[in-house]
Amino acid sequence: MHDHALLLARIQFAFTVSFHFIFPAFSIGLASFLMVLEGMWLKTGRGVYANLYRYWLKIFAIVFGMGVVSGIVMSYQFGTNWSVFSDKAGPVIGPLMAYEVLTAFFLEAGFLGVMLFGIKKVGARLHFFATCMVALGTLISATWILSVNSWMHTPVGFAINGQGQFVPNGSWVPIIFNPSFPYRLTHTVIAAFLTTALVVAGVGAWHLLRDRANLGARKMLAMGLGMVAIMAPLQILAGDEHGLNTLEHQPAKVLAMEGHYDAHPDGAPLVLFGLPDDRAERIRYAVEIPKLSSLILRHDPNAALPGLKDFPRDRRPPTTILFWSFRIMVCLGLAMLALGLWGLWARWRKRLYDAPWLHRASVAMGPAGFIAVLAGWITTEVGRQPWVIYGHLLTADARSPVAAPAVAASLAAFAIVYFAVFGMGLFYVLRLMAKPPEPHETEPRHSPRHAAGITSAAAFDTAKQESRA
Amino acid sequence: MSALGHSVDLTIIWAIIIAFGIFAYVVMDGFDLGIGLLFPGFKVGAERDAAMNSIAPVWDGNETWLVLGGGGLFAAFPLAYAIILPATYPLVIAMLLGLVFRGVAFEFRWRDPGHRHLWDCAFTFGSLIAAVSQGMMLGALLQGIQVKERAFAGDWLDWLTPFTVLTGISVAIGYALLGATWLIGKTEDEAQAHARRMARWLGLATIAAMAAVSAATPFLNYDYWRRWFDMPGVLLTAQVPLLVFITTGILFWSIAKGRQRLPFLSALALFLLGYIGLGISIFPFVVPPAVTIWAAAAPPQSQLFMLVGTMFIIPVIIAYTAWSYWVFRGKVGEGYH
Ligand code: HDD
Ligand code: HEM
Ligand code: HEM
Repeated sequence: MHDHALLLARIQFAFTVSFHFIFPAFSIGLASFLMVLEGMWLKTGRGVYANLYRYWLKIFAIVFGMGVVSGIVMSYQFGTNWSVFSDKAGPVIGPLMAYEVLTAFFLEAGFLGVMLFGIKKVGARLHFFATCMVALGTLISATWILSVNSWMHTPVGFAINGQGQFVPNGSWVPIIFNPSFPYRLTHTVIAAFLTTALVVAGVGAWHLLRDRANLGARKMLAMGLGMVAIMAPLQILAGDEHGLNTLEHQPAKVLAMEGHYDAHPDGAPLVLFGLPDDRAERIRYAVEIPKLSSLILRHDPNAALPGLKDFPRDRRPPTTILFWSFRIMVCLGLAMLALGLWGLWARWRKRLYDAPWLHRASVAMGPAGFIAVLAGWITTEVGRQPWVIYGHLLTADARSPVAAPAVAASLAAFAIVYFAVFGMGLFYVLRLMAKPPEPHETEPRHSPRHAAGITSAAAFDTAKQESRA
Repeated sequence: MSALGHSVDLTIIWAIIIAFGIFAYVVMDGFDLGIGLLFPGFKVGAERDAAMNSIAPVWDGNETWLVLGGGGLFAAFPLAYAIILPATYPLVIAMLLGLVFRGVAFEFRWRDPGHRHLWDCAFTFGSLIAAVSQGMMLGALLQGIQVKERAFAGDWLDWLTPFTVLTGISVAIGYALLGATWLIGKTEDEAQAHARRMARWLGLATIAAMAAVSAATPFLNYDYWRRWFDMPGVLLTAQVPLLVFITTGILFWSIAKGRQRLPFLSALALFLLGYIGLGISIFPFVVPPAVTIWAAAAPPQSQLFMLVGTMFIIPVIIAYTAWSYWVFRGKVGEGYH
């Protein structure tokens, strides 16, 4: 009875947060992309930037709206299903989340209205400022929430008080800048930029396959692939560093990702593929490269690595999930690197816009970022199990006194509503993407006008159109 | 730090800040939820578009106060957060799902003209569910929550009583009044006349609802009775109904005189008075009748850390929120056809 409720609560959290994170993964990158587009427009006056801005702004409005409503759900998930966790961890993570609301959510929300509807009302420079504030807000939000999440993985700087609560022990600095935070922040923000870059490149490529002369589509492809070429290698470096740091703080997680049940006193092999079997404690049909795992994780082919068998069974994360989710992320990361290099090569040969196979590959990789991001989060979160606050509070001890039927009913309601509503949202986004960027993009919506308004300054509509190359 | 912690009661300060946050939410999102409730009454086309456009640029900011209310409660009074949410579990879930529907409707109705009426329905139903759930959560809190050893110990349907149904309906009616009076200020001509007619009826209904809830509250718990009616406290508490009486007069007068903003302001004042009445009933409990604000409080280090930021940031937030309202001030046009 109790275990059902626990499992259902975990599924509910994983479901709602995974859905939520799909939107920030895109909107963090897109907000910055819009900032760049508007900045370029202000600087060069070229209409193509204004058009692309308006094209992506319509998509941003939908994605951001879905991010907001799914995020509001998240801020109540802690209390509804994890009330013991809330009571115990509230004094430490509550203030950080409150700072997120104060410094990020209000900033985003306060300037979003002007960004979406205010083009004609406030003039170009002030409007650009609003765009910058929204982009800044998304990054500040990522910073705080990832600090919270990282603290749950690498908790430091706390004491336990008489009521069993985690309370700050003196300074807040070690709590906020806990050991895994810098790595997680870097890796996740790059992930958001990569995700967006791949979508932008994919949409551009899709339209180039139909009309090679479309100026907007060309810009999208060039900007998107350029960003992939820069970010993919950085992401791989960041991921490597992240893994080394995790090995130090959560060794069982890394061993499960690598598939090492046995300890390797003199050099562990890298398991490329195979079927982990938690019961038999071994990898079936393993394809291995000798010594490589030690080389990657310890930078020494003969270094010793412990094994999962060194941990009691009930203190190990489920290996199969981690093993696969990690491989999915890494394979996609390598594929992104390959796409980025291919794009550079095509650019160097001056064939970026007449390379149908490159364009097809870009379309195929369009959604790759989302998959990699989800795989990454699954690796991180499942790898923390069975702890919710690593080493200090078990997930099983953290949940609310709510009976299984209530959790099941709410889970079913979330599932139905999310698939229906966000499914429609996805459909609208795809429909917008299917339209080629026009020389005269309209605004997101005819903005709410008012009778006695300020007359529009030299706003976007005066942007001189360039011909379609 | 501890010196400061002793000389001023951080917990009281935080109770005031959270109360302010929740009130800010109630009045700001209240009027846009209210517009959602009234939506089916508007003519399809220009009138609906104008109503939607009058809140489209600000609804996200309004809802952020809900996140602050919840997040602030989590941070400053974690125990209260950990008790109230499981105790009102189905209501919280319903409210969140309602907010999902109405939140996406803002964009989706423009993206899909073929199904606009469907998203308009989603907008109304989402708003209705959210408003009624919020009212019922309020009622559930007022009628008391069973607590044992730092956890909710009641039954999962405890929140469902005639009293909570009454508070649920009352809050929805009040929100609708806020919405109608907001539209008086934002629209012209035919649409404005319509809003005025609605505001008159909703004003009556709101007063009736306030009276019913006030009449029922003192009977929930002996302590409420004593607070409201014992001498000499009654000399103070009697001012609340008196002010309600005066405000109601101003509300109807301003609607009849065709004033633009006064109806909305007096509806806000009515909400404020109701809120103060609520405060008189439950203070210093945050989860009546079991947990006081001091018992639920986070340790002083947590409260102080947040206070430093809050004192600087809330004014800045209010400033740019005001700027955003100012940018979209004045009457909305008819939207587009
Ligand atoms: C790395 C980034 C990231 C992560 C891990 C999360 N979020 Fe998020 N969240 C954002 C990045 C973000 C954002 C980019 O700032 C959003 C997306 C769209 C938006 O409006 O802001 C947002 C929106 C958003 C909102 C709506 C804000 C508003 O009203 O404007 C809430 C309440 C939350 N989130 C809460 C959460 C919670 C409780 C999370 C974890 C359990 C969480 N988010 C994970
Ligand atoms: C950044 C803020 C986040 C916080 C504070 C957080 C916290 C939590 C908590 C409290 C749980 C429930 C306990 C458990 O079952 O582990 C959980 C589980 C989980 N979370 Fe996160 N999480 C965050 C972000 C994410 C994101 C963005 C994702 C994915 C996109 C994610 C994926 C998961 C998954 C898959 C589980 C279930 C793991 C399991 O139960 O095996 N988390 N997380
Ligand atoms: C190929 C190189 C990559 C490596 C070596 C790598 C490594 C890692 C590791 C070790 C973790 C888990 C850290 C922990 O739980 O403590 C992780 C998590 C994650 N990865 Fe990757 N990664 C790579 C590529 C990518 C790509 C391409 C993306 C997305 C576009 C991505 C997105 C994420 C996300 C969102 C997380 C969860 C948040 C976090 O813990 O940072 N990763 N990665």
